[in-house]
Amino acid sequence: MAAHLKKRVYEEFTKVVQQQEEVTTKKLRLTKPSKSAALHIDLCKATSPADALQYLLQFARKPVEAESVEGVVRILLEHYYKENDPSVRLKIASLLGLLSKTAGFSPDCIMDDAINILQNEKSHQVLAQLLDTLLAIGTKLSENQAIQMRIVDVACKHLTDTSHGVRNKCLQLLGNLGSLEKSVTKDAEGVAVRDVQKIIGDYFSDQDPRVRTAAIKAMLQLHERGLKLHQTIYNQACKLLSDDYEQVRSAAVQLIWVVSQLYPESIVPIPSSNEEIRLVDDAFGKICHMVSDGSWVVRVQAAKLLGSMEQVSSHFLEQTLDKKLMSDLRRKRTAHERAKELYSSGEFSSGRKWGDDAPKEEVDTGAVNLIQSGACGAFVHGLEDEMYEVRIAAVEALCMLAQSSSSFAEKCLDFLVDMFNDEIEEVRLQSIHTMRKISNNITLREDQLDTILGVLEDSSRDIREALHELLCCANVSTKEGIHLALVELLKNLAKYPTDRDSIWKCLKFLGSRHPTLVLPLVPELLSTHPFFDTAEPDMDDPAYIAVLVLIFNAAKSCPTMPALFSDHTFRHYAYLRDSLSHLVPALRLSGRKLASSAVSPNIMPQEDPSHQFLQQSLERVYSLQHLDPQGTQELLEFTIRDLQRLGELQSELAGVADFSAAYLRCQLLLIKALQEKLWNVAAPLYLKQSDLASAAAKQIMEETYKMEFMYSGVENKQVVIIHHMRLQAKALQLIVTARTTRGVDLLFGMCEKFLQEVDFFQRCFIADLPHLQDSFVDKLLDLMPRLITSKPAEVVKILQTMLRQSTFLHLPLPEQIHKASATIIEPAGESDNPLRFTSGLVVALDVDATLEHVQDPQSTVKVQVLYPDGQAQMIHPKPADFRNPGPGRHRLITQVYLSHTAWTEPCQVEVRLLLAYNSNSRIPKSPWMEGGEISTQAETGIEGTIPFSKSVKVYIMPKPTRR
Amino acid sequence: MPEIRVTPLGAGQDVGRSCILVSIGGKNVMLDCGMHMGFNDDRRFPDFSYITRNGRLTDFLDCVIISHFHLDHCGALPYFSEMVGYDGPIYMTHPTQAICPILLEDYRKIAVDKKGEANFFTSQMIKDCMKKVVAVRLHQTVQVDEELQIKAYYAGHVLGAAMFQIKVGSESVVYTGDYNMTPDRHLGAAWIDKCRPNLLITESTYATTIRDSKRCRERDFLKKVHETVERGGKVLIPVFALGRAQELCILLETFWERMNLKAPIYFSTGLTEKANHYYKLFITWTNQKIRKTFVQRNMFEFKHIKAFDRAFADNPGPMVVFATPGMLHAGQSLQIFRKWAGNEKNMVIMPGYCVQGTVGHKILSGQRKLEMEGRQVLEIRMQVEYMSFSAHADAKGIMQLVGQAEPESVLLVHGEAKKMEFLKQKIEQEFRVNCYMPANGETVTLPTSPSIPVGISLGLLKREMAQGLLPDAKKPRLLHGTLIMKDSNFRLVSSEQALKELGLAEHQLRFTCRVHLHDSRKEQETAMRVYSHLKSLLKDHCVQHLPDGSVTVESILIQAAAHSEDPGTKVLLVSWTYQDEELGSYLTSLLKKGLPPAPSGGS
Repeated sequence: MAAHLKKRVYEEFTKVVQQQEEVTTKKLRLTKPSKSAALHIDLCKATSPADALQYLLQFARKPVEAESVEGVVRILLEHYYKENDPSVRLKIASLLGLLSKTAGFSPDCIMDDAINILQNEKSHQVLAQLLDTLLAIGTKLSENQAIQMRIVDVACKHLTDTSHGVRNKCLQLLGNLGSLEKSVTKDAEGVAVRDVQKIIGDYFSDQDPRVRTAAIKAMLQLHERGLKLHQTIYNQACKLLSDDYEQVRSAAVQLIWVVSQLYPESIVPIPSSNEEIRLVDDAFGKICHMVSDGSWVVRVQAAKLLGSMEQVSSHFLEQTLDKKLMSDLRRKRTAHERAKELYSSGEFSSGRKWGDDAPKEEVDTGAVNLIQSGACGAFVHGLEDEMYEVRIAAVEALCMLAQSSSSFAEKCLDFLVDMFNDEIEEVRLQSIHTMRKISNNITLREDQLDTILGVLEDSSRDIREALHELLCCANVSTKEGIHLALVELLKNLAKYPTDRDSIWKCLKFLGSRHPTLVLPLVPELLSTHPFFDTAEPDMDDPAYIAVLVLIFNAAKSCPTMPALFSDHTFRHYAYLRDSLSHLVPALRLSGRKLASSAVSPNIMPQEDPSHQFLQQSLERVYSLQHLDPQGTQELLEFTIRDLQRLGELQSELAGVADFSAAYLRCQLLLIKALQEKLWNVAAPLYLKQSDLASAAAKQIMEETYKMEFMYSGVENKQVVIIHHMRLQAKALQLIVTARTTRGVDLLFGMCEKFLQEVDFFQRCFIADLPHLQDSFVDKLLDLMPRLITSKPAEVVKILQTMLRQSTFLHLPLPEQIHKASATIIEPAGESDNPLRFTSGLVVALDVDATLEHVQDPQSTVKVQVLYPDGQAQMIHPKPADFRNPGPGRHRLITQVYLSHTAWTEPCQVEVRLLLAYNSNSRIPKSPWMEGGEISTQAETGIEGTIPFSKSVKVYIMPKPTRR
Repeated sequence: MPEIRVTPLGAGQDVGRSCILVSIGGKNVMLDCGMHMGFNDDRRFPDFSYITRNGRLTDFLDCVIISHFHLDHCGALPYFSEMVGYDGPIYMTHPTQAICPILLEDYRKIAVDKKGEANFFTSQMIKDCMKKVVAVRLHQTVQVDEELQIKAYYAGHVLGAAMFQIKVGSESVVYTGDYNMTPDRHLGAAWIDKCRPNLLITESTYATTIRDSKRCRERDFLKKVHETVERGGKVLIPVFALGRAQELCILLETFWERMNLKAPIYFSTGLTEKANHYYKLFITWTNQKIRKTFVQRNMFEFKHIKAFDRAFADNPGPMVVFATPGMLHAGQSLQIFRKWAGNEKNMVIMPGYCVQGTVGHKILSGQRKLEMEGRQVLEIRMQVEYMSFSAHADAKGIMQLVGQAEPESVLLVHGEAKKMEFLKQKIEQEFRVNCYMPANGETVTLPTSPSIPVGISLGLLKREMAQGLLPDAKKPRLLHGTLIMKDSNFRLVSSEQALKELGLAEHQLRFTCRVHLHDSRKEQETAMRVYSHLKSLLKDHCVQHLPDGSVTVESILIQAAAHSEDPGTKVLLVSWTYQDEELGSYLTSLLKKGLPPAPSGGS
């Protein structure tokens, strides 16, 4: 066997040498099989274990192809048997595990060997590694019950090992592979039924904390794989909550949570009393108790899990916010209670008096419970925790619980408001976001609003904007509240003028949500007087605009309001309605003939017909593809025009319309290119006109990239069509080049590349191929064997005929599709004052932009700076520069560094945003690559970019250095 | 019987003058050495003559531990070490070591220079005393001598405050000093691992209080200050130099930073500046936020807080001033107060408790007109606010710490007797452990049952393990071996090895027993009957009939002989070694019951 192997190996090895002068693209692929050979030689050469280890490490850096895995495995195993040094055996074992994960390789053949060497192994570390390998094999062959059974048997056998590492791995194996259905195990030749849960449960009391943790993790793994855990585990897990080791406690908290979700309604007794409560309540109490654990890891875990326990009874839930205060054994009210009382007694914001919080009634000493048995005060503790991780987790949990219970939301409000004052910005931000999420359930009291508004002066822009978002959807109870909010917002505006847009938007919603509360404020806000005409305010004052935005939005649903307006208010309305139409709604102003009111407001209710129109026009195109070329072209042109216009009119259909139009445009270009009469002309004459066809090919490529990467919501079935279109464009390109160039060498390479593309297409979309009946690719794949063997000239000829014969593929429309867009808010590009800086040094330019419907902006959005000399610079913003204020929306706030050599006069640079894409990211990754650090470069590489924002001009002036 | 004895010399059912003597495993340790603020006579220091009437303290005490730098925990230290005389080691944390002498010096100045006391310790004595200090780090196990070791845990409260674990062999005591279980703006929360000490000595200042969340108080404080400053008013905050002052500074500093405020904040100079320097230095002792951000900016390097000058008080416009002392009874804070009291736009915020008789107490209790010296009447128009910021654990916090450490018993100090009573009852009820609250001079004795470690040879352990199943934590296992006690250590070895080590020859001990049987047959036949009888009964033992007529069961020998007088009776001689005692006695009892009726008769 070995001799045979060696022979094969050398064969491969020699082959490489022969292939050296082959075309460059092929060389790489053929060197790979020689890996086993090289490895074998290296390992034979190795004189010491350290050497061998080095070779193995080197070997592990490169991927192995599926076909050669088995050979490599054999060689590795051979060396394993011979090797005396445990560290080398360890490495081999780990390599076996990695190799068995290779896609397209079935590891059942090494299964026997692995179990075999496992039995003779003495070193605990190697044993553990081998079990890990078995785990890899087992997970790969998850359908094969017999193999799984065998592995589980092996694991059970080694459970009694003295090393914790081995026991850990065994438990992991049990968790991952332990059989789910008992019936299956019974069938398999009457092997004693193993109760995996029981076996794992026994190791809950192992002497090593790491093994205990592994046992709990294995149990959780079983749960994840769909095995229903027994309720008996609950008691065992509860005992583990008082374990000495934090990782055990942390895992136990998870397990308790899982059980509580499985059996929420079963009844458990309370120890030391004969009462009984629901299991989920009991578990909730226990997890709450862990919020004051000694280890912050456990506290974070517990606080996080609390949020997802929705079945808890409401009185348990409310206890979490309860902390009975006392002072010298007398009951004391909390500041929250006092604030509420003050508010309800009608007195607002009294000065604190000495003894204001003086304790009142005596407390019954027997009734005071100092240990929070149960849920008492869990969140009070969590929110006051030392570690901000715990506080954030607690805020998140509060948010989730409040969303499911409105009475709880009401109660937790005070605590959330308190968190606005946290020392860590992240926590403050998180609590503001939380408040926004639950704001549908709550109405803010004035004193609460007061505290919230205090944060508007925060110097952090994120905090302020989050707060504006919160105010957008907050419910305010009184007109004083609205007034207060307006005053504070105007103060904010005066202090931070850059917040203008955000504040206006905030006031828009505030107004439209509370029309009746705004109504009594109108005279005061507009400072109108019943008898006297007051001075007309300055129309350009942002504060005045803010007030108007509030009023106009309130007036929309309050028809009596316009009566209070003075003349200039109406004029201002007309102006604002035009200039800030997204903030000022259309009002129905009786008796006034204003130009703006004439604008028909009836665009909205037409949604259905327009959608229908879209569908119909697309149907028409797809069905009429067998028309004469002239007719098809005209129809396409008309439809594209229709779609574009539709997109402009109907914002909600813009995505679909643009997307379809782009596709049709591609098709149109393709048809046009193929229609050229010149295809029949002999090549030499063709040269001049080839521009049109190759330009079309290029443009189609561009369009397809846009279609693939600029729209969010594109599904796989669209991607196939897009790629298909791109393939056609590439074919076109090939044909055009074949026609225009003389030499064969270049063509040869291009053909090769094209065939690779086709191969790649087939591999990526193998599942979708049946949908592509009769298409270009379909035909191409039929002829593939012929194409590979034929000469370039022939290939080109075949392609040409196929392109002509191929049908027009129907593009199925996705449910939701949106075009990515970006607007640069800052720099505004209006400034006439150039940004001066000394040449050679850098100047920081603040860039602020909103991005809509961009997926994963952190990795795709780039900033481009174009200098007047044509030099372009691409800047990658940091991931932290992106904020996510709402679904589908992102905000980029970053600094761009500009620099240049000295200029004689100021000039403009262009700043714009780019969307970077990489179409190779769709290639499935091999597990082998995941382990190594090699592949990262290919992942992050940028294939191309699409500009997707208008460019903004910035006036700069690099001055020469003064000496 | 080993025991732990605890005697508080101060702080027993009292606040102030913390000083607790602990005897553990033959070692004597003194915990804290504080002064009492309420007294000016001999009672202000602990009565060190209790320890020894004549003879040097050094001979009686193995070490002194200081938990933190507050004077009621370290105020008597120079008196104790220099005037009474103690040369042993004094343990404290690094920040305490740095700040302690500043406070002692300040205390000395007030006592000697202002009150004119004689016979007080001198500056030199403070220096000499500090030379005896050994600084410890958090979680560092310090070996005081071969048996006694101490370890410090973080306690919150003030910068450098620590809880100490004192351990001798397997016995241990934890002393908490003052601690805080809720974090504040500059310090974290106290933390201890599950060290399961025999005794936990904890403070109990707030034994009967459960406090509201800190956030409300902070928010109120900031809002008040902010509003006043926005109105153009001046805010006076009388503080004591260390501890709370820093917390409030951080609070205001971050708030100013956050809100972009411009009004100046001043801090009265002197003592505090020196102290701030140490706060800057000991960043590792502060809370998460300060620790994490100090690389960018040390939070104690205040950007908005500047040193105060007397002339600034008359400056127009808003400002915030921190001034000492905290109770408005003298000094700079009183001066500023008199200047500002007339204007209703201004505000004074008392951040702590005020003793009766001070100006602070008067204004807090609502007096609007104050008589100053020289029969002047000062009318107070400024707003008066009270804001409590205390850094002690409340009742819940104390219970939480007890829960974390899991002690066998608890001892309460540093609190009032009546309040302790309540907490004691709660602790006993909820943790089911003993709780003590001795008065000053009263001794609590705790019997302990220390576990004694015994070394076992690996060979023996493996041999014993091979015999049975895996060791099970829940079941005790029987193990044969020899215990050797030599040079106060214990070893468990196999008997052969013990014999070899001790150079003794092995003796064999045999038991012999005669059993009379009524059997008229011959000896051989009797033996045969015994053999078959035993064979049928003892299935899993090796029963043999030897050619000389005797029967063996394992190593037990049975011989039958005719009775010398009565031929109808046979005497069975049973002999076994000491090791087979169990089987041997079982056999004799079996044989005494007699043999079954002869089967031979039937055949």
